[in-house]
Amino acid sequence: MSDITPGLWELLLKGLWVTFQLTVYSAALGAAVALVIGLARTHRLWIVRFLSGTYFEIFRGTSALVFMFLVFFALPIAFGWQLVPMWAAVLAMGLTYGAYGSEIVRGAVAAVAPAQREAGIALSFTPAQSMRKVVLPQAWPEMIPPLNNLLIELLKGTALVSVLGVGDISFGAQLVRNATGQSAPVYTVILVMYFVLAFVLTRGMRVLERQAKAGIGQAPPKRRKLSLRQTKDLATSGGTGGAA
Amino acid sequence: MKWDWSAVSDFMPRFWDGVLVTLQALALSVIVAFALGLVWAMAQRSPLKVVRWPVTAITEFVRNTPLLVQLFFLYYVLPEWNITFSALTTGVIGLGLHYSTYTAEVYRAGIDGVPVGQWEAATALNLPRSRTWLAVILPQAIRRVVPALGNYVVAMLKDSPLIATIGVLEMLGEARQFGSITFQMVEPLVVVGIAFIVIAYPASLLLRALERRLVR
Amino acid sequence: MSADSTPTNPNASTSKETANPAVDGSELIRFDKVTKRFGSNTVLDELDFKVDSGKHVTLIGPSGSGKTTILRLLMTLMKPDEGTIKVGDAYLTHEDRGGKLVPAGDKHIREVRKNIGMVFQQFNLFPNMKVLRNITEAPVHVLGLSKDEAEERARELLDLVGLGDRGDAYPTQLSGGQQQRVAIARALAMRPQVLLLDEVTSALDPELVAGVLDVLRDLAHSTDITMLCVTHEMNFARDISDQVLMFDSGRIIESGSPEKMFGDPDHERTREFLSAVL
Repeated sequence: MSDITPGLWELLLKGLWVTFQLTVYSAALGAAVALVIGLARTHRLWIVRFLSGTYFEIFRGTSALVFMFLVFFALPIAFGWQLVPMWAAVLAMGLTYGAYGSEIVRGAVAAVAPAQREAGIALSFTPAQSMRKVVLPQAWPEMIPPLNNLLIELLKGTALVSVLGVGDISFGAQLVRNATGQSAPVYTVILVMYFVLAFVLTRGMRVLERQAKAGIGQAPPKRRKLSLRQTKDLATSGGTGGAA
Repeated sequence: MKWDWSAVSDFMPRFWDGVLVTLQALALSVIVAFALGLVWAMAQRSPLKVVRWPVTAITEFVRNTPLLVQLFFLYYVLPEWNITFSALTTGVIGLGLHYSTYTAEVYRAGIDGVPVGQWEAATALNLPRSRTWLAVILPQAIRRVVPALGNYVVAMLKDSPLIATIGVLEMLGEARQFGSITFQMVEPLVVVGIAFIVIAYPASLLLRALERRLVR
Repeated sequence: MSADSTPTNPNASTSKETANPAVDGSELIRFDKVTKRFGSNTVLDELDFKVDSGKHVTLIGPSGSGKTTILRLLMTLMKPDEGTIKVGDAYLTHEDRGGKLVPAGDKHIREVRKNIGMVFQQFNLFPNMKVLRNITEAPVHVLGLSKDEAEERARELLDLVGLGDRGDAYPTQLSGGQQQRVAIARALAMRPQVLLLDEVTSALDPELVAGVLDVLRDLAHSTDITMLCVTHEMNFARDISDQVLMFDSGRIIESGSPEKMFGDPDHERTREFLSAVL
């Protein structure tokens, strides 16, 4: 570890900042995609359900890394415009993880009791009003724990962009490795950095969950100590996340 | 742009080589992930704290850090410690180890799902611990987690291109190499992208059918 | 006339059974000041109690009074917080090392546990094994019987419980009553000295109860196996018991012969309880 000079540390910290930005921007785009596609998959028109379902199925079968290569190489040639690598990465990640997230949104919305929708109809809300005022506020707290898992998968997924030359921590680590000729220290350091980031994100999501649950009058859930994640959906649905 | 069909046909021989390597790497790492995951899950139920605690810590760490960096770690650090594997072996170990921390959670849920009365009956019959696991608990636990495990096979398939980054010539690796020689990158990438969907989609349909049958 | 017990409740001391002249009555089970708590709830409170070999003892009392806990302690499914339990000459949860009692190791517990079998309220058959293998599994892997010996023993026991033709069925293909009879056969296959019966008919539909109780009645009358039985079937208790123990709030408040306990109990709580369940 002593071989990592202050200059190289700076490189890693810059990379950390890029990774953080990538995560936040991709998560924002992903959330928008997840909401739109997830709600579209519960739409009353079959064509809307079909198109959004197709989008989901395609990304479910797509390898994130291969898709990222396509965005980087094919997009400029096919459409003649070249994105800044950072934004190309955000686009690829947002579309991919948004597709996984749509399944979470769809599931949580479908799990809201039908009586609640009927109540919305009884109050003569429009479908959009009913969704916004009745269904989503109840579905939201249910979404947060699986979305937390997905967010960590996304954070881990950001490492892929280093392969395409975006200067995130993993990319920084390769530079440091080349400079010092040693691999063990720098890779240990950045693995710990990722873990700490995942830990911080989880804490943030728990605060969010507590607030969301309190907002509809529920107590916060108890959890396994030590674990960063809720394991229920891991076991039953098997990886909505990173790769699945 | 112009789509060049001749690039596609030129790529095909390499593509099939890549498919073979992908499937080989997948099969081997699935075996690693399934076996090691079971070890983790059982260790987390150990009566000994010195076993339980480190295993929990290690699996949490591995699960919450990127596979890509873990692959680099194995690929660059192990030789520094005088442990040398081929790129393919390193990739299989990395992919298998990473996903073993997921399958461990699946097994754990399956084991927790076996009624406590089964453990008690085994105790009442004085069955040895090994026999209790092998003959009573695991057969019941594994049955109910087969679909979830299957989902991770699909997940591993989709993460298998990551081993191209340490030089394994699976599908993506072949596409990159072809692109770097011919400067035709899009066609091979599209072929590979479609190949993943073509393999993964029927597999997930199959799993959903299986899930409906096994999990009532 | 049978197993002796020492109530710890002073109010009940008048009901203490006098001695036991009968049968081969060497002491087989002994609880010594056993206390078991769950959190702040004391389920067993310095319980003293013993059972002589060959006796059939029934524990009655309101739910939550600690009856089942006694069986679970004996089966080593849980550990006492204080006190000792002896089975035959050996301590169940402790080992006597040079006159000093230390917590028992796994090997010691296995050795003592060999003498005890248990039938559960929920049967707890292994659903992944056919009936026959449910019964042979432990004799083969614990007692070291050959597969043939174990299967022969299993078939005899299946005949005994009236299911001679169901060896190749899976447990889920049987009715609850049939499953419970298999569970009895499974426990007996280990030839235990003591059989613990934990509310074995409580999970059964009413029309299936009789079949199970008939099997147990036969067993009680035709063998010298020691039985410790928690049940709400008072007629059954009256039929098979040498002694009935009345439990309340973690203590034995009264004990005696079934004739006495069901006919003319001394203790007010016993009378209340019996009038409520009979």
